[in-house]
Order: sequence, then C-alpha cells, then structure tokens
Amino acid sequence: MTKIISAAVLTAVAGTATPSFAETEVQFWHAFTGRLGELVDEQVASFNDSQDAYTVTATHKGNYSETLNAGIAAFRAGEQPHVLMVFEVGTATMMAAEGAVRPVHEVMAGGEFDPEAFIGAVKGYYTTTEGEMLSMPFNSSTPVLWVNRDKLEGAGIDPDTEMTTWDQVGEVLTQLKDAGVDCPMTTAWQSWIHLENLSAYHNVPFASQENGFAGADATLELNGPAQVKHISTLGEWAQDGKFIYTGRRNEGGANFRGGECALFTESSAGYAGIKAEADFAFDVRPLPYWEGAGDAPQNTIIGGASLWVMEGHDEADYDGVAAFLNFLSSPEIQAKWHQDTGYLPITSAAAELTREQGFYEENPGTDVAVAQMTANEPTANSKGIRLGYFDQIRTVIDEELEAVWAGDKEAQAALDSAKERGDQLLRRFEQSTR
Amino acid sequence: MTGTPAAMDKRVTFKGLWLPLLLVLPQIVITAVFFFYPAGQAIWQSLYIPDPFGLSMKFVGLGNFEYLLGDPYYRASFLTTAVFSVLVTVVSMGVALWLAVLADRLIKGSGTYRTLLIWPYAVAPAVAGVLWLFMFNTRVGVVTWYLGVLGYDWNHVLNDNEAMGLVVIASAWGRISYNFLFFLAGLQSIPRSVIEAAAIDGARFWTRFRTIVFPLLSPTTFFLLVVNVVYAFFETFGVIHTITSGGPQQATTILVYKVYADGFVGQDLGSSAAQSVILLAIVSVLTIIQFRFVERRVHY
Amino acid sequence: MTGRDALAAETPPVKAPGADHDGMVERRGAGLWLTHLGLIVGLLFIFFPIWLAFVASTISQPEIARPPMPLLPGDQFIENYTRALTSGINAPVALMLGNSLVMALGIAFGKIAISLLSAFAIVYFRFPGRQLFFWLIFLTLMLPVEVRIVPTYEVVAGFGMLNSYSGLIFPLIASATATFLFRQFFMTVPDELAEAARVDGARPMRFFFDILLPMSRTNIAALFVILFIYGWNQYLWPLLITTDPSMNTIVMGIKQMFPSGDDIADWPVIMATSILAMIPPVIVVVGMQRLFIRGLVESEK
Repeated sequence: MTKIISAAVLTAVAGTATPSFAETEVQFWHAFTGRLGELVDEQVASFNDSQDAYTVTATHKGNYSETLNAGIAAFRAGEQPHVLMVFEVGTATMMAAEGAVRPVHEVMAGGEFDPEAFIGAVKGYYTTTEGEMLSMPFNSSTPVLWVNRDKLEGAGIDPDTEMTTWDQVGEVLTQLKDAGVDCPMTTAWQSWIHLENLSAYHNVPFASQENGFAGADATLELNGPAQVKHISTLGEWAQDGKFIYTGRRNEGGANFRGGECALFTESSAGYAGIKAEADFAFDVRPLPYWEGAGDAPQNTIIGGASLWVMEGHDEADYDGVAAFLNFLSSPEIQAKWHQDTGYLPITSAAAELTREQGFYEENPGTDVAVAQMTANEPTANSKGIRLGYFDQIRTVIDEELEAVWAGDKEAQAALDSAKERGDQLLRRFEQSTR
Repeated sequence: MTGTPAAMDKRVTFKGLWLPLLLVLPQIVITAVFFFYPAGQAIWQSLYIPDPFGLSMKFVGLGNFEYLLGDPYYRASFLTTAVFSVLVTVVSMGVALWLAVLADRLIKGSGTYRTLLIWPYAVAPAVAGVLWLFMFNTRVGVVTWYLGVLGYDWNHVLNDNEAMGLVVIASAWGRISYNFLFFLAGLQSIPRSVIEAAAIDGARFWTRFRTIVFPLLSPTTFFLLVVNVVYAFFETFGVIHTITSGGPQQATTILVYKVYADGFVGQDLGSSAAQSVILLAIVSVLTIIQFRFVERRVHY
Repeated sequence: MTGRDALAAETPPVKAPGADHDGMVERRGAGLWLTHLGLIVGLLFIFFPIWLAFVASTISQPEIARPPMPLLPGDQFIENYTRALTSGINAPVALMLGNSLVMALGIAFGKIAISLLSAFAIVYFRFPGRQLFFWLIFLTLMLPVEVRIVPTYEVVAGFGMLNSYSGLIFPLIASATATFLFRQFFMTVPDELAEAARVDGARPMRFFFDILLPMSRTNIAALFVILFIYGWNQYLWPLLITTDPSMNTIVMGIKQMFPSGDDIADWPVIMATSILAMIPPVIVVVGMQRLFIRGLVESEK
C-alpha cells in the first residue's frame, strides 16, 4: 500500500516537475492559408526543431482584417498571442496602441539584431521618424505588371513590346481589344496599386504630413492631378472594355491565371499562384508609370504584413519571441521565402544569397520587384503610408473607384469624395487616440 | 393578448416560493450575464469613442449619433436595407406561395415534394452565400459562363443591381422552405366546402384564389411578412459577408453588415456601438408591431 | 430524440392532405401534369445550387478553373472528401463537424431545459418578481447576438470561456424565445390536469415530469429542430471566440478556407466542406419533419 502511495506521489511530483523542463510557448497568429500557410508552418516547424527552449504555435486567424480583429479582441480579453501578423494597413492602429504592443527594437535590444540589415523601403514602412523599428517586416511585396505572353502573341503583338509607360500600355490594350481579347487588363488591390503606389511612384503625396508619418493630423491628398489623370484613364479603359474590374481584393488573379486576361497589375507575391496554375508563357514587368507626371519612376512601396509583439506576457517569453524573430529574419529563411512566394527578400543578405544561389538567372523577372522598389532612395512621399482607420479608408476608396469603373462618376469627383470621406475617418481616429 | 403579454393567467397554481425561484434561476443568471449586461455595455459605449484596444475612452455624448446621422452613406444604408428586405420577403414568399398552391392541388405526392423543399431551411446563410457565389463567380461561375454565351456579361462586383439581385436570391432561397411550410399548412386548413361552393358558382381557379383563398390566408401572410422582414434585417449577415462584403460601392451594405464592417473591420467601436443602439430601437419597434398585430406569435 | 417521439412521428399529422380537404383541386389530365411540372421547376431552383456544389466537390481544381465546369459528377469524390475530412485548412473537417455537433446539441438541449423550467415557474406559480421576470424575458425576444457582440465577447473572455464549448453555447441560449413559446403552450393545457394533480397531492415537479413534459413532446421536438439548426448555422460568434483551431466549427471553417492574401481558392475542398456542413442539419430537419412541421406551424399560429 505504502508503495503504491509513494509511487503515486512520485508520479505526481514528476508530473509537476515536468513543466520546468517544458518549452516556453510562443503563440503566433497569422493570416495565411493554402500554399503560403504551409510555408509558414514549415518555417515554424524548423524553428521548433532548431532549439529546445521555445515552442512556437502558429494559428491561422482568417484574412488580414480578421487576424487583426482577432488580435485586438483577444487583447481586450487578455488572451492575446505573443506575435501577431498585421497587414501594412493596420500599422497606424498598432502604433497608436501604446501599452498593447512592445516595439520590436525593445524586444530585440541587447541581441545581435541589426535593423540596418533590412532593405530601406521595407524597414521604413514600420519604423518611426526617429528610426526605431516598431514591428518586424515579414511578408512584403510590391506591385508589378504580369504579362500573358501567349495572349499578346495571339493578338499579333510582339510579346516583348515595351510597356514601361501607361501610354504604351494603352496602345497595347487597344490592339488587344481590336484583336477581340475579352479581358485585356485586370488588377488586384486597386487602391494599393493604382493610388497608393501610383502616388509614391510618381513622388506625389497620398496624404499630408509625409503620408501620415509626421503626425496624426494628416489629410488625404489623393485627388491631385497625377492621380486624377491615372484614374480617369483607367475609367475610360473600363468603359471601353479594355480594363476589366473583378473585385476589391485579388479576385482578378483567377482570371489571369486561367489565361483570360492579357495584362494584370498585381503584387509580386502573385508569383507562387501564377507559377502553379498558369499553362501559358508569362513574364513580369516593372509597374508602368506616366511619363512627365511627377518624378516617375521614383520607387514603389510595399504591401504585405509585419509581425507585432504584444504586451502582457511573462518577461521570459519575450526571449523566445526575440529568438523566433531572429530566426525568421535570417538570410536562409528569408531567401527561401522570397524564392517560394515572390515576396520580397526583406534583408539585403537574403537578396544577396538568392543571387548567389542563381535563382534570378533561372527565373528571369523575379528580381524586377526588388529593383523597382530599391531604385531610388525613398522620399517623404514614397516611404510608405501611415493612416488611422486605413482599412476603412481603403474601403471608401474602393467604393469611389467602383463608381468610376461603372461610369457613375468622373475621376475627379470620385477622388474628391474619397478625400472628403477619408478625412472624416482620419479625424475620428485622431479623437480615439487622443 | 392586447397590452401586456402577461395578461392571461392560470387559475390553478401550485404553492411555493423557493421552488419557482429556483426554477427560473438558471435562465435569470444566463440572461443577465450574457444578455442584459452586454446590451447595457453597448448602450454605454455608444457615448464614447474608444480606441480599438480598450486602452482609452473619450466621452463624446451623442457625438457618435450625430456623426452617423450626418453621414449620407449611413442614411443610404437604411434605404438599402429597406429595398433588400422588401425584395427578399417578396421573392421568398412569392415562390413559396406558388409552390404551396401547387402542392396543395395534389392528393398524392405532396409529402415527397415537402420533404425535398424543406432542405434549404437546414443550410446556413453563410453556406448558402458560398453556393450562390460559386454559381455566379465572375471567373469560374457556371451561370456566369452560360450567361456569357447568351451574350449577357454578368459582373456583380461592379454592377450594383446584379449584386443586389444575387444577395436577394441567395437570402430568399434559404427562406422558401419556411414560408412554404406555413403557406401549405394555411392552405390545407381552408375547408373544402368553401372552395367547392365557389367552384359550383363557376368561379375559375384564379378568381377563386384571389377572392377566397388569398383573403383566408391573410393571417399567415401577415405573420410571414413580419418574420421575413426580421430575417432579412438580421440573419442575412452571412450571405452578404460571403458574397459581396457590402459592395459594389455600398450597394448591398445593410445595417447589420455596417455594424460589423465599421466595428470589426474598421475598428471604429464608437460608431459601431451607436449603430447597435439604433438597431436595438428598430428591433424594439418590430417586436411591438409583431405583438400588436400578430397575436401570440414567437419568432426565431 | 426518444423512441416515443419516433412513434409519434408515425402517426399522421392532424390535417393529412387529402383526408378532409382537397385544396384547390383541379386534377384532371393536363392540369395534374402542369402541377407536377411547376413543382419540379421549383425543385430544380431549390436544388441546382446544392447539385452544383456536389459536382464541384467531385472534380479537380483545373476543371473548375477553366469554365464551364461539368454539370455531372467527376471521379475525384474520394480524394476531395478525404482531403477535406482529414486535413482541411486549419483543422480537419471531421473535427469541426464534431465541434458543430456539440455546439448545436448544447444550444438545443440547454435552451430547451432552462426554458421549460422557467416557463413552468411563471405559468404555474405566483412568486414575487414574476411580472418583472416576464417583462425581462420579453425584452430579449429579438435582439440578435450580432448587435451586442463586442461586450458579450468581453464577458465570455472574462470568464475564461474563449475556446470552450461553454463559451460557444451560453451566449446563444441567453434569450427567452423558447420560454415564451412554452409559456404559450402551457397556457393551453387544461386547468383540470393541474387541479387533479393538486388534489392527488402530487408535488409540482412530479406534475411537471409526469404530465407537462410528455404533453409538450411535439413542441419540444419542433424547438429542438429549430435550435439545432440555429446553433449549427452560427457563423460570426464562433469566428470571434475560437482562437484555437481545434475549436473551430464547420460553418465558420468554410469561410476560413477562402484565400486571404495572394493565394488561390481550393474550390473542390471548399465545396466538399459545404456539402459536409449541410448534411447533419438536413438529416435532422428531414428526419424529424413531421414533428417539426406540426410543432412549428401549431406553435406559431
């Protein structure tokens, strides 16, 4: 009997003792499904295998907006993860949440973490004007022009024809239309590509106060001549059936991958999907620009997401977070991620490694995005955008652009209205954080 | 049943004080904790602009309401909701009535049809949305493709009428079963003699329907009218969310969707809470209408 | 439900079609055929979306990606359903089906239980606060959970009930629709029954279990169906409170399968999941339709 009891006690003691050997758990919420989700899981698994001290648990929480909401709701409930993936649009929301997030430069302090290792245009988006990195860039992409070469050839157009400027694109679209192509061009993420990036690329402001970097009292300036010219041209193309609108997100990707559309403006990260599904010859071109408008081509800006560290956990956990973030930003991991997905190599070392591995030679065009984004030193207009309630503002912009594509509104009127409605939201955000 | 719903009382009751209190306790506790407290919180929050993380609150009085009522898009959302609700109600009730009249004409086999027609009732609005989106997907949708062959270019992501049509059909589709059951029961409770009398008088089918059957069905019709409007107001969220997300422009942004979109996507919790309060008021009015005019009927 | 209910389902409904009533019968020759034709057109409208989803769940992604997709099933049935059931996107669909089942049953039984008890109390007892209680439950009749969702979330989180079945269930049974319904029904129960029970010296709970409960069978069955469907079809609430994939329910799971970033939609698996998501509620509705229809139509009339 005593034996049994002591055995039980022993087991109990052993049971309670185990946690002290157990690995600290780091929770990581992200927004990736499908192929990208698998790749993230791979990264996490290899981190967990690489050391014994920490275990990262990755959870998919829906799309970008849903992941951010889940993170915020969880914080209110004291159930937040350690690391939260937040898309670039949520940056201002997270920045304003002092006390809810722990800036990455603090998390990484004391380690061998070097913010200078990141590509300037990537880092800039997530760094304060004082140069402190707030969140860790993770998946970053920039818009490019995808071309279905077979479609061009089928329409009797030289697939290598120059499409550096929108004027040249316009001519190609006319030829495609005349040749009976149903979908000469489509796009994904209209606001990001055709307004936010357009503004940066032409070095004109999207919003005042350095696109919101310098102060929360920014107002939208997206109704300037360069933007109006671009949107009204796209509007005409939409009316002529040269530009086919398929949705606010990346719905157009299906049309392009299915071989229906000849041209497609989409993030460089469309690469994985296009490579997997397209049964035609395609290539990647830099995003076109308007000659003579603004200072084009300046540089394009990024989209995608960064990793935010949430407050409210045991101090010891943050060592695990730091180790995980260090691991993710290592050149090997980043180079593989870049090559698998078409997202940008976020550090110069990863870009270098990819080049050494011969990837760009084997896959021509995959470096277009990097080149386009790093072409020039970013200016106040082209280092990024930081606006509160930006997700809602994008919805406003989507709505107004849809009015243009449908022929209900002139470009100038639509953009004026987008500014007016967006500014209202900005003032509300200002109130909420003061 | 006029005035207070508690007007009618049992004459025979049991004695006891602690037993009845014990019996209502579970309901009281659950309702207080998960219903009244949160609903009260929503009202209180509507007077503030909180930051999304709940770190600070700024008192604005009725500022959120002023902001909302001054916003033409919010006012437009009322109209959108009204149009949407009327269409969903008319389509789902119309189709259901038509099918019920047909099924009522059968002596044999109406049970089989009923068993089959009851299916969509079991399909979640969100799943119904996925099914219809798949059919009308601008890229892979079968219906879209065949419409294209016929020369019609379907694009509900840009054309607001098509978007509205699609969410209406997807919402009405799931509701046909429910309406069908009520109409069929209503039709079957009409005494045969009434119809036969009319038939002997030589009234044609359509005349009989219009002058005798439909008036006799009116209590059922009115009940379904209220219930379907409530359904269209509140339970179609899943359909809108999966098919259009409120677009194009704001053509399919109904009030409930806007509460979600502004609060959960836009992080503007003050505005969202104020919208909840406005919805609360609308719900109250609908409840009163239901109990004033539709005696004794409880809706799910 | 129990064997007794199954027996009840065998007995014909009060107004069997054709028994004492022929409706607007015009059933000679062409008229009959036209009637069937009309109903079949209706059925096609009802079933086309479901059929298409089924077909899509049996073919491969490229067949869908290059329209038009076929209208007859293909040969990928096993592959797609296996993929959905075992791997899914976040959690295997089999696991999500289990969660949905627990949630739907929990909501149905939980709400029926608390409602029966409190309806019994307010109909058969006089106790202080009865009127107040009645008005309180009246207030909860129609306010949907979407409207009070942020504060409700905080309450649930405060109790540590995120990622738990109780967190999924309790907020959704916190309204009094069912109490109201049972109250209506109990009011129609002849007073003589309670009188007799009282004369016999039966205690209230005895009366409740021996007389009232068996009499409420049809209503309970109808409510069970309604609440099961209501619980099964919940969408926004599970989406918010289940942060752990192993607690996901299937209806929210379908939404999660749509690509979020720069990815592609796996239609065959999404459609297979949609079909799987509708099978249990369809079985419940069709299997219990006699009781369901009778309870529904009678109680709401």
